[in-house]
Amino acid sequence: MKNIKEHNSGGVCLGIESSADDFGIGISTFKGEILANQSDSYIPSKGGIHPREAARHHSEVADKVLIQALTKAQIKPQDLTAIAFSQGPGLGPCLRTGATIARALASYLEVPLIGVNHSIAHIEIGKLKTGAKDPVTLYASGGNTMVTAYESRRYRVFGETLDIALGNCLDVFAREAGLRSRKGLPLGAAVEQFALKGKKLISLPYVVKGMDLSLSGLLTAATSALHDGCRLEDVCYSLQENAFSMVTEVTERALAHTEKKEVLLTGGVAANKRLQSMLTLISEEHDARFAVVPLEFATDNGAMIAWAGVLAFRYGLVTPLEESFVKLRWRVDKVDVPWIQ
Amino acid sequence: MDTIVERTLLKKGAEASLFLDDWHGKKVVIKVRVPKRYRPPALDEQIRTYRTVHEPQLMHEAKAAGVPTPLIYMVSVSESSIIMEYVEGQQVKGLLNSVTEQKRIDLCNEIGASIGRLHCRGLIHGDLTTSNMILSPNGKVFFVDFGLGEKNIELEAKGVDLHLLKRALQSTHYEFWDHCFRSVLNGYAKIVGLERAAKVYEKIVEIERRGRYVEERKQ
Repeated sequence: MKNIKEHNSGGVCLGIESSADDFGIGISTFKGEILANQSDSYIPSKGGIHPREAARHHSEVADKVLIQALTKAQIKPQDLTAIAFSQGPGLGPCLRTGATIARALASYLEVPLIGVNHSIAHIEIGKLKTGAKDPVTLYASGGNTMVTAYESRRYRVFGETLDIALGNCLDVFAREAGLRSRKGLPLGAAVEQFALKGKKLISLPYVVKGMDLSLSGLLTAATSALHDGCRLEDVCYSLQENAFSMVTEVTERALAHTEKKEVLLTGGVAANKRLQSMLTLISEEHDARFAVVPLEFATDNGAMIAWAGVLAFRYGLVTPLEESFVKLRWRVDKVDVPWIQ
Repeated sequence: MDTIVERTLLKKGAEASLFLDDWHGKKVVIKVRVPKRYRPPALDEQIRTYRTVHEPQLMHEAKAAGVPTPLIYMVSVSESSIIMEYVEGQQVKGLLNSVTEQKRIDLCNEIGASIGRLHCRGLIHGDLTTSNMILSPNGKVFFVDFGLGEKNIELEAKGVDLHLLKRALQSTHYEFWDHCFRSVLNGYAKIVGLERAAKVYEKIVEIERRGRYVEERKQ
């Protein structure tokens, strides 16, 4: 059992994540010790995420998840020093649900409120959990695919998708193919299982434009290949090989350009073993260390919001109530990160 | 026999390694697209061959369009290598941050004009960054690295080409990227004409709105 007084001396931050289908609450000490990381996911009965339905789910499970988190961390609400929440980017109704809960908690407990950029939280939890200091980060999830690195006050975007996100590409394909998701994993993860049994590389679009990439044409072509009677395993394999080669090429370009010595993989797609192996190879090639965020912190989670909240709070960055509106398209390169250097 | 020993590695890029060498008394750069272990061999070979064959063709056409590019001496498809002229000068990437504001504006104007010349001939560079531009001692801006280029007359391709340059300026020259990009567009408009430049600009805005997280995008 942890000593509560010790946490209090340094402070404890509670973080709320609700940008998409996961509702999560995490608790982090100011030293970066994660005391709790609880979540509950909205699972659509069919199709993709319906923002309003997901938001409804979040409001229904919020109190349960909050109690679970406080119980797990063995602290009382009064022990909290600050409340952080995912302010964007993400789905409007979902973000608003989390923001409302955060505002209520902060007002009731009379503690500061901290609006956190969701993408920065993914990068920071990856650094905390892997010990990476100054990496080139590939953040690939259902809603994001970007290659970022720190450069003068901010995380700069060196490459990103011009259309859909990598996780989205895999998810939609899996749905088109009628695949079922396994408990606790995104639908796209099913593609990885079938890809393992793929033998034949089907010719699909490979679209790298400078440091950016495009995945929508690849998704359409893979879906057509499936409808044309190609083996599901071969299409899954070819889709993964093409999509992952593209993001790996872009990551390698950023690595060569910035000459950094670490590569960090974060976001929901980080769990994919094939993507991990490709990034390991380019890291070796450039004498860089490859690090991947542990699964629990790869998908959307509250702990990363809590930790990013700590980093901001320690530099006096708090969000006044009147500025706590959610930012649906809040880019990572619009946020100063004074805690670095 | 021992030419490989004589080669000096200039730059190990992501896609290719650049070696400095002497080729029949000429100072040359040998660009070798090394196999990428992360890609399946069939896909890797297809990509490397395609780029090795297309790059010299595009460089040649760029010259015809009036955009300085290195001379091509030799192409080996089996080794995915290109032997080309070594261009003396400085990378624009390093220059842009160190020159005076007026010089920076002039340079960006010239870059924009060159892009305009390429686009007028249906040439898309595909990877417009300031690392891929060299200012020679006689004041010409050489364009290099056409590996991701293509021949395309569509407005979309031109828009993406300039959008990529804007993104490169934002990530590498963040202090004054907007001035630079404006000068690029000015230089571009001087070549292609205001009307066509305006159409391309509208396209850039549209392309950016397609992105995932763009403030300007409508809900």
